[in-house]
Amino acid sequence: MEPISVITGQMAPLPRANVDTDAIIPKQFLKRVERSGFGPYLFYEWAYDEEGEIIEDFILNQPDYAAAEVLVSGPNFGSGSSREHAPWSIEDRGFKAIVAPSFADIFYNNCINIGLLPVVLSNEEVAKLTEIANDPENFVTIDLEAQTVTAIGFEAHFDIDPFAKHRLVNGFDNIALTLEHAEAIDFYEESRLGFKPALG
Amino acid sequence: MTTPKTMYEKIWADHVVRDGGGNEPDLLYIDLHLVHEVTSPQAFESLDLTNRTVRRPDLTLATIDHGVPTEGREFGIKDPLSKKQIDTLVANCAKHGIELYDISDIRQGIVHVIGPEQGVTQPGMTIVCGDSHTSTHGAFGALAFGIGTSEVEHVLATQTLPQTRPRSMAVNVNGELPRGVTAKDVILGIISRIGVAGGTGYVIEYRGSTIEALSMAGRMTICNMSIEGGARAGMIAPDETTFEYLRGRNYAPRGDDWDAAVTYWKSIRTDAGAVFDVEVDIDATDLAPYVSWGTNPAQTVPVTGVVPDPATFADPLERDAAQRALTYMDLEPGTPMTDVEIDRVFLGSCTNGRIEDLRAAAAVLEGKKINSEVHAMVVPGSGLVKLQAEEEGLDLIFKNAGLEWRDAGCSMCLGMNPDILMPGERAASTSNRNFEGRQGRNGRTHLVSPEMAAAAAVAGRFVDVREWS
Ligand code: SF4
Repeated sequence: MEPISVITGQMAPLPRANVDTDAIIPKQFLKRVERSGFGPYLFYEWAYDEEGEIIEDFILNQPDYAAAEVLVSGPNFGSGSSREHAPWSIEDRGFKAIVAPSFADIFYNNCINIGLLPVVLSNEEVAKLTEIANDPENFVTIDLEAQTVTAIGFEAHFDIDPFAKHRLVNGFDNIALTLEHAEAIDFYEESRLGFKPALG
Repeated sequence: MTTPKTMYEKIWADHVVRDGGGNEPDLLYIDLHLVHEVTSPQAFESLDLTNRTVRRPDLTLATIDHGVPTEGREFGIKDPLSKKQIDTLVANCAKHGIELYDISDIRQGIVHVIGPEQGVTQPGMTIVCGDSHTSTHGAFGALAFGIGTSEVEHVLATQTLPQTRPRSMAVNVNGELPRGVTAKDVILGIISRIGVAGGTGYVIEYRGSTIEALSMAGRMTICNMSIEGGARAGMIAPDETTFEYLRGRNYAPRGDDWDAAVTYWKSIRTDAGAVFDVEVDIDATDLAPYVSWGTNPAQTVPVTGVVPDPATFADPLERDAAQRALTYMDLEPGTPMTDVEIDRVFLGSCTNGRIEDLRAAAAVLEGKKINSEVHAMVVPGSGLVKLQAEEEGLDLIFKNAGLEWRDAGCSMCLGMNPDILMPGERAASTSNRNFEGRQGRNGRTHLVSPEMAAAAAVAGRFVDVREWS
């Protein structure tokens, strides 16, 4: 995982509540066995009509927003399934962060685990940022170390779990961190209740 | 005296491998890892790339459910991508020594149906799966939650997960359920009250006389949809109903182990006087058979209700969402739900694909024919559910009524296999999500109980099962 420090880039506004994982990456694209290559199918049913023709109006299809790196959306973003394909597809499309008033739990964790920065701001702050994002000329800067989001006429602080931040800033591999405690795992297993089921 | 604890706190404490001390997440031991074909290939690949192995194949169980066809299996899997995904799981399980219920195995089925069915889902366990409806297993008094693929890899490699402690919510449901009101209606009623994000950050414990009176199937239906209210996990205290369900199952403890297990299982129940961060009280006698009108599971009304007017929603984003939902669903505000005509009926899924659900639907359909305009299918939750239903003659009731009788899998719950809604088709579905495009692009899903779905199949529109005989 690449370490994250400061993200500066264009925003794409998507002011909708409860954007769910079926909308982010529809199921017909979950059949890949690879981790990459999901970007072209991001928000597929909002981006393409039933004939597969591009829907010009959709924000991510507008040439002005082609380089966007920060998605700004509504509350409960990423609700629904645990499919990591959802954050993969957002990341694969070039996004580095998502700003929203709230996220669904599993989606939020998945983002942290793949190094796509989820930023929680208040409803009012997200509304203001969405307005700023409506002009594609405007950029945003997210400083993870300082936990700030700044844009023209806008400055906000965001909270993030200190350990999640520590991992993101350093780009740590979570499994390697856990394996440092291999002895504790061995120890736990020795005392595990004998009647618990095991297969095979 | 020790402070009274909730069940979730006790199970958590019993699984801490390493205490994070508040600054870091706790490292939790995972008792059971369930695996399916869609969310695992990238995890196995990455495990191979980093030269890591599966720590506890004996605590890992795999099945094939999301992408399998539910008819014509003898001709193989036609979709080359699904075939590759399934073959990949078969190869990964063989390589790592993981037990897999393959397409030809009678035990094959939806991952959340097979665990309980085999008795491998037990009280007091931590259970994870790369699937958000893992909350289903909480019905046994287990701490069970969905994880992403990076976490699947983490569990494969370490049999643990770093977790920050969620808050606790008690949902107390008391009173006798009115006739025709099912577990599905209880959870739809709960979600309509707390909202689709109301449970975010919480583990829910469902409590109260209504919950205690439910069968394991009903309890699983409720815990299954916890995620639809935003909660990662939902749980119900183990009691005699739980023990009776487990006794004699394949992986249930036997002899002295059984007695030790029951003693332990009883000890994990929430202590009297334990404090939850939030409590929600629901009077069961206020509940009705629900039908969803929108594109999220909180957008429901009693079947006697009407499609709401978005203008009545105070929050601008919610109003906008309701308007979008009505456009997508092609519904007019004020339309009685019983005037809404349907094209398709889907009976199945990890919410309502168990034998009890099929019996309930069959009881409604016995001796009747479904509406000639309706195309309906029954997809059992597992091969064993299918077998049991056939032994009871339920398949004949369905077939005589004009429904298709399929093989086990997720099927039209998410339509990763060929079972999908065509654009514009409207379905009464016993599944759990009515999101845009979930059951097929521009398909329109109405969530209901098995009884309501069966009655709708006959009438060709939604009807109040309470007035149906
Ligand atoms: S039946 Fe539906 S909700 Fe359940 S695991 Fe399968 S796809 Fe997911």
